[in-house]
Amino acid sequence: MGIDLPLIWAVIIIFGVMMYVVMDGFDLGIGMLFPFVQDERDRDVMMNTVAPVWDGNETWLVLGGAALFGAFPLAYSVVLEALYLPLILMLVGLIFRGVAFEFRFKARANRRHIWDKAFIWGSLVATFFQGVALGAFIEGFKVVDRKFVGGTLDWLTPFTVFSGLGLIVAYTLLGCTWLIMKTEGPLQQKMHDMARPLALVLLVVIGIVSLWTPIAYPQIAERWFSMPNLIWFMPVPILVLVTFYGLLRAVARNAHYTPFLLTLVLIFLGYSGLGISLWPNIIPPSISIWDAAAPPQSQGFMLVGTLFILPFILGYTYWSYYVFRGKVTHEDGYH
Amino acid sequence: MFGLEALELARIQFAFTVSFHILFPAITIGLASYLAVLEGLLLKTGDNTYRDLYHFWSKIFAVNFGMGVVSGLVMAYQFGTNWSQFSDFAGSITGPLLTYEVLTAFFLEAGFLGVMLFGWNRVGRGLHFFATCMVALGTLVSTFWILASNSWMQTPQGYEIVNGQVIPVDWFAVIFNPSFPYRLMHMATAAFVATAFFVGASAAWHLLRGRDNPAVRKMLSMAMWMALVVAPIQAVIGDFHGLNTLKHQPVKIAAIEGHWENKPGEPTPLILFGIPDMQAETTRFKIEIPALGSLILTHSLDKQVPAMKDFPPEDRPNSTIVFWSFRVMVGLGMLMIFVGLWSLWLRKRGTLYSSRPFLYLTLWMGPSGLIAILAGWFTTEIGRQPWVVYGLMRTADGVSNHSYAQLGFTLVMFVVVYFALFGTGLGYMMRLVRKGPKTGEGDEHTPGGPGQKRTPARPLSAADEGHEADSSSLSKGN
Repeated sequence: MGIDLPLIWAVIIIFGVMMYVVMDGFDLGIGMLFPFVQDERDRDVMMNTVAPVWDGNETWLVLGGAALFGAFPLAYSVVLEALYLPLILMLVGLIFRGVAFEFRFKARANRRHIWDKAFIWGSLVATFFQGVALGAFIEGFKVVDRKFVGGTLDWLTPFTVFSGLGLIVAYTLLGCTWLIMKTEGPLQQKMHDMARPLALVLLVVIGIVSLWTPIAYPQIAERWFSMPNLIWFMPVPILVLVTFYGLLRAVARNAHYTPFLLTLVLIFLGYSGLGISLWPNIIPPSISIWDAAAPPQSQGFMLVGTLFILPFILGYTYWSYYVFRGKVTHEDGYH
Repeated sequence: MFGLEALELARIQFAFTVSFHILFPAITIGLASYLAVLEGLLLKTGDNTYRDLYHFWSKIFAVNFGMGVVSGLVMAYQFGTNWSQFSDFAGSITGPLLTYEVLTAFFLEAGFLGVMLFGWNRVGRGLHFFATCMVALGTLVSTFWILASNSWMQTPQGYEIVNGQVIPVDWFAVIFNPSFPYRLMHMATAAFVATAFFVGASAAWHLLRGRDNPAVRKMLSMAMWMALVVAPIQAVIGDFHGLNTLKHQPVKIAAIEGHWENKPGEPTPLILFGIPDMQAETTRFKIEIPALGSLILTHSLDKQVPAMKDFPPEDRPNSTIVFWSFRVMVGLGMLMIFVGLWSLWLRKRGTLYSSRPFLYLTLWMGPSGLIAILAGWFTTEIGRQPWVVYGLMRTADGVSNHSYAQLGFTLVMFVVVYFALFGTGLGYMMRLVRKGPKTGEGDEHTPGGPGQKRTPARPLSAADEGHEADSSSLSKGN
């Protein structure tokens, strides 16, 4: 009585996806920055900055999938069916990249370029289709009688392609500022030079999405622009602009840590904006978390184990990042 | 007809990704317990052979664990992408069970695995042994959850159906459904036996190359004791599992036996070989032994076993496939028992480590356990058809609405990618096996792990040999 289980589960899953985006975002970004760095030793350093943590990052993706299955089976079935191709392509990209991570270091020097390419393309494909899936999610799904009734390629629209490209920019900026934080010397300098243009492109992307969504989707326009919502949500775009200003300033004064932290803030704000646009729907445009929820017996049963184990996973995550804090140099070999 | 083809493609795709995946967890389960036994024996006897073996197998364990995680990522999404109607129908039961399986696996990875793989010189021996035992226990707990989910789909109970959705009423009844204890025992034991034969084949390979040392001998010896004792136990468990299936899914048994109809007053024969023909409703070219079917399945000489024709055609699984997949499993199981007995005889004669015919057979039996596991799963899953949740939802009603072209495209992609990636992974594991156990490995300081600055704690980094090394060109990656 009185415990809103669907709400709790929505918060857990939103938190899980947020953890995933923040943590896997920068290591996907590093994959996409690989083509801009030719020096083998620098590439080693780039990979070494994330090598110790990447697999933990994907933990959240697996957990997110399983939790969605158990807590919101309707959303799991509709969204995954509708996004079949982009999700499968994303997963294939991710496993390619994951295996490349491990085997690049174990491969003979003359074979290494194969794994380099697997790493680059895996990251690119995974990010693009993640963005496409995100865009398609915003656009919503045609559901009749608990069944997805849209077409095979409903997910392929100008908006979803744009959001795929947009996510590539966002993750690349994350990876770029991560490397500014984690490296030094010429590699850091190179990332430093790329940060400003990347940030400006991302600003444009966020601007376009902010205009596109309310124009195309009246529901979203109403959510943002009706009174008193407008006043409550106004801080979000203002904060975005302030953060961008701070980010550009931080890059200009050659700060090491601030650019990454501010990019994280940006991602967080973008994510919040998305949440504001869609809440409380788990299958946009009209099925809410309460409509899609599994019965309380299921959600309650899962919650017991999740609340017990989540602290351990969080503790482990914190610990892995703590152990690997600080700069990574050519001399550090993690393998 | 087009719809049927798409359904078949969806099934093939799921079967392909899950078959690839299960090989890794099966070895993980077996090796984790093997490592716990090795370390326990090391602590008890102080014999350093056990330590060398522990270090040798823990690296292979690490690579295998990593492959399991990567291939498992896909599985967390395949239920929804390929079986959306099933997911919506049964998600409130299978979803939480899957979540518990995933949570258990991550709990392991977050804690004890790091200590186990990297903590040899950093924590006390007792604590390290504890970590290994917890990893072994954890793999079994993970097995527990996923098999609870699968068994519930085979023999559902503890639910009610409200508005076309399954609702759990009694979780205890859901988890401990009628086929669960048998399936859990059968699968866990299968993982142990499969691993024993994998280990045994590795030892045989080294012995055949003339690399005869105490560690290799110990490997072979332990594997063969397992084959001798556990393979027959597995046969007994399998028999009980079969009787349980007869009770709850009689048509599956009829399909496995290629048994179409009972003649009045006559006990059921056992068909040894034949080709069941689903269209003609008969088993062609059959060789049968009178009354043996009744004897095995009812433990009597007069009771009849239900036959395929007792069930409407639309409720029958494909006998042609399960008849043979079952015989592959049983045949391999018999061979395993034979290898176990032969090893005992050679042990008595003192030629266990030198009989080349025996070592060759043991080498070739290396993948037998894994093949038997796949054959067994094919039998039970194809035998469940045409149901996805037995008696509640047909597979054809559970599938997502994807086109033939779409499924064909992704299937080809999975096949290419899996063979390329996991093929490389398996190749790397084989390289590690080929190196063989080294003396005094535990004295080296293993890089990485808990409490160390700037070293990785990922499973795969515990194995630091190059995967295509003629090590001279191996890079500083090491």
